[in-house]
Amino acid sequence: MSLSPQELLFYVFGTALIGSAFAVVTARNAVHSALFLVLAFVSSACLWVLLQAEFLGIALVLVYVGAVMVLFLFVVMMLDVDVAAVRDSAKRAGPLGGLIALLVILELGYVVTAKRLGLDLLPSPVPKPGDWSNTLELGREIYTRYIFAFEVAGVILLVGIVAAIALTLRRRGGTRSQDPAVQVSVKRGDRVRMVKLPSEERR
Amino acid sequence: MISLNHYLALGAVLFGLSVAGMYLNRRNVIILLMCIELMLLAVNINFVAFSAYLDDLAGQVFVFFILTVAAAEAAIGLAILVVLFRNRKSIDVDALDSLRG
Repeated sequence: MSLSPQELLFYVFGTALIGSAFAVVTARNAVHSALFLVLAFVSSACLWVLLQAEFLGIALVLVYVGAVMVLFLFVVMMLDVDVAAVRDSAKRAGPLGGLIALLVILELGYVVTAKRLGLDLLPSPVPKPGDWSNTLELGREIYTRYIFAFEVAGVILLVGIVAAIALTLRRRGGTRSQDPAVQVSVKRGDRVRMVKLPSEERR
Repeated sequence: MISLNHYLALGAVLFGLSVAGMYLNRRNVIILLMCIELMLLAVNINFVAFSAYLDDLAGQVFVFFILTVAAAEAAIGLAILVVLFRNRKSIDVDALDSLRG
């Protein structure tokens, strides 16, 4: 049997996705995990482009690979983690984790392949014409029907920024910095002291 | 032809792998956060696949909002992690028992 180009791409990116996800959870080094997670995001972005969700594919690369994973790498490199202890715990929990993962996959697989749901009867999506713009259509939906949710998402991001900064901001003792409020509200009496000196007799 | 089941099976395997990762990496909260990101990715793949096969853009809108919330979650989660490491000098899940939970 011969594979169509779409099928070939699906299997290539699907294999890359599963393989890099496996490497994320089993890598010895947290930096390697983060880099394999980047590969997982990129391959699933390719899968989304294959499903004609171009905007989300690009957004996944920009937002995740560009911002979130850089943040992850930054934190991984900032904290020094005891790698030997991590390995030790993985050996203990390995069989249980594998068992539960197998159960989850079997359950989800049962649902996916259940004949009653008729998921395999859904027709494949017809390819959209060349001038069809996924970004345009998505923007139309988001800015009209989902405008309230869109604004709430903006508020959530703002709360995220404020929370992250407030959590990690640290005031160290002993640093020398200026406090503009104190500088502005200074009074004359704080700076200048009038000293009464008796004048000396000229000899 | 690639059917919807292909994508759903891919999402299921990805989700199962990240559940296993939760058990394998109990000593490292950073990798637990990465596993959560992988789970969200598995869910997002299902959303996008259903959106394409049912020809309904609502699924992609939902993925858009999941991405937004996940980015905020990752930022706050990592900030908490940094504060935690500063105070406890460890990010081992088993050592984080000061709440006696």
